[in-house]
Amino acid sequence: MAKTAKQTKLKTGKSATPDAEEWLTMYEQMVRIRRFEERVNLLYTSAKMPGLAHLYIGEEAIAVGVCSVLNPEDYITSTHRGHGHCIAKGADVDIMFAELLGKAAGYCKGKGGSMHIADQANGNLGANAIVGGSAGIAVGAAFSAQRLGNGRVAVCFFGEGAMGQGFLAETMNLAQLWKLPVIFVCENNMYNEYTHFSETTAGNPADRARALGIHTEEQDGQDIRVVYETALAAVERARRGEGPAFLMFHTYRYHGHHVGDINREYYRSKEEERDWVENRDPLALFADWLLAKKLTDRGVLDGIEAEVKEEVERGAQFALDAPYPDPSEVSTNVYA
Amino acid sequence: MSTPSAEKTGARVLTMGEAIREALAEELRRDPTVFVMGEDVAEAGTAFKVLLGLVDEFGPERVIDSPISEPGITGLGVGAAMTGMRPVIDIMFGDFITLTMDQMVNQAAKIHYMSGGKLKVPMVLRTTMGASRRSAAQHSQSLHAWFSHVPGLKVVVPSTPYDAKGLLKTAIRDDNPVAFFEDKMMYQLKGEVPEEEYTIPFGVADIKRPGTDITIVATSSMVQVSLAAAEMLAEIGIEAEVVDPRTTFPLDKEAIIESAKKTSRAIVVDEGYQRYGVTAEIASVIADGAFYYLDAPVKRIGAMDVPIPFSPALEDLTVPTADSVVETAKALCGRN
Ligand SMILES: Cc1ncc(C[n+]2csc(CCOP(=O)(O)OP(=O)(O)O)c2C)c(N)n1
Repeated sequence: MAKTAKQTKLKTGKSATPDAEEWLTMYEQMVRIRRFEERVNLLYTSAKMPGLAHLYIGEEAIAVGVCSVLNPEDYITSTHRGHGHCIAKGADVDIMFAELLGKAAGYCKGKGGSMHIADQANGNLGANAIVGGSAGIAVGAAFSAQRLGNGRVAVCFFGEGAMGQGFLAETMNLAQLWKLPVIFVCENNMYNEYTHFSETTAGNPADRARALGIHTEEQDGQDIRVVYETALAAVERARRGEGPAFLMFHTYRYHGHHVGDINREYYRSKEEERDWVENRDPLALFADWLLAKKLTDRGVLDGIEAEVKEEVERGAQFALDAPYPDPSEVSTNVYA
Repeated sequence: MSTPSAEKTGARVLTMGEAIREALAEELRRDPTVFVMGEDVAEAGTAFKVLLGLVDEFGPERVIDSPISEPGITGLGVGAAMTGMRPVIDIMFGDFITLTMDQMVNQAAKIHYMSGGKLKVPMVLRTTMGASRRSAAQHSQSLHAWFSHVPGLKVVVPSTPYDAKGLLKTAIRDDNPVAFFEDKMMYQLKGEVPEEEYTIPFGVADIKRPGTDITIVATSSMVQVSLAAAEMLAEIGIEAEVVDPRTTFPLDKEAIIESAKKTSRAIVVDEGYQRYGVTAEIASVIADGAFYYLDAPVKRIGAMDVPIPFSPALEDLTVPTADSVVETAKALCGRN
């Protein structure tokens, strides 16, 4: 599947002060994630998608801000809520849709599905359905980069719920001990499924990284400029051999834990949801800033909207029409 | 060998989920040392909504939401069990028992023996099994064979609401660590469950359907699959006897061997991997105990030996079905 002209990737060698075109590319990626996820939800509610999906809507600034400071050959590891990371690292929506529908044209030939998309060509070592499960992979990738001396970094995305996993603590220790170029990105959307993180987490998660002496930042995840700047500093440190970083971004998922989680009032209020959507929406905040700074105008933003919408619709249609894998695929790829 | 089956009691009808909740509620009421701990077990009533309402009656001190810390809560369960409590630890997906392995295998299973019988670990680890939910490779496995392999652990695989309730009550009262596997696809399965209190002993198989021509030994949801197969076989004049061991350890070898001796043919069906699995163990029990009575080799049907694929087109090929049981039975009976 060919990329559309609009789906250009950012230049490598990231600027501390992106120009208008670079900001707009990031904006477009955020719009792409949002429209993709809305379409995923529609596929679910119209019973066209097997299984479930965990939507990233509301958290777009983190994936895009972080991945925009990475080069295509840098690594990421992702989570069950991974579509945003995948798109931000450069994946094509049509092939993603195909994977979500279990079609042969998908990134993993339909074998992985929503929770396991890997896009190794773009440095995405895979989404992961085990909470915290990818931390070892990220630290291992950083170890390879250090040993091979190729200057790459690895970013490990996870939710604040993963702080419950002792494994994460082990891997953070390894990373700091051996000064590995890995960035731990904690997307703190406040809920571990249906439970507020304050009911499951002692202390401030970021303090655990501080206790290990890891470079730690705690920032607003709804403002892409803050995310970009924070991530850039961390990645540059890592590339210089100064070791890992732990970045905790405050954010919110607008939808349920997964697409089937509709009635949420027993664990969070409608007012809280409304407040984030109305006052802290990462797309709206970004658009307002772009307009206020006169880096663009409404017409351009509307144009991006329209193009992305069409691209997403085309992608979904491509996947709906695509064939399932051949039955013989069931027993291939078990061993390399 | 058969215990009173539900049909004979003229009892009310519950789903498997309701039967499990009722067993827990009764034991929580009966014994103040019983508590339930796991991720989202309280207000959310688990990811499968099976425990809904328990926290209202017993409060958050006894139905406890935990961090996403499977090894931690399992280990806490071991220690609490050794010191006067009767923990029921909830591990959401059976795939996550891999995270509890040290606590279950090296700690819980060994402590009674290593202490020369001085210490005991009366805990239950409740978890799930079963594919077919389009949940892909990390949320679909049936790993009960792993625990069945370990001396010191008992393993329960109920196939009906009646059995689930009676066996769970026995599990909670048992003085040993017990792993209790619930098939996710069976939570809505309905069956008769009497109002009056009962328990079901471990190691006692239940003949779910009497027959004379072939024995089908099946576990968990494969009992339902085998009962459906038995109906199809009856239409062509083959009367299958469906034997449900209900616990893979202790295993009711006698009942299994007796049935095989009577019918002279046997198939073993289990949703775990076929390789080195429950079917292998039971087939060897039959081969050993009924060798001189058998007219054909014992056949095994398990999950295909591949990671469970996401795509519906592939996933459906990996699990045993009524059709595959029928085909195997026909072949064994020389009826192709
Ligand atoms: C080891 C493990 N335990 C439990 C789960 C079930 N589970 C899936 S997502 C989730 C909550 C994750 O919360 P968080 O890490 O904060 O990520 P978020 O969903 O908020 O993005 C849980 C408990 C799992 N997938 N893996």
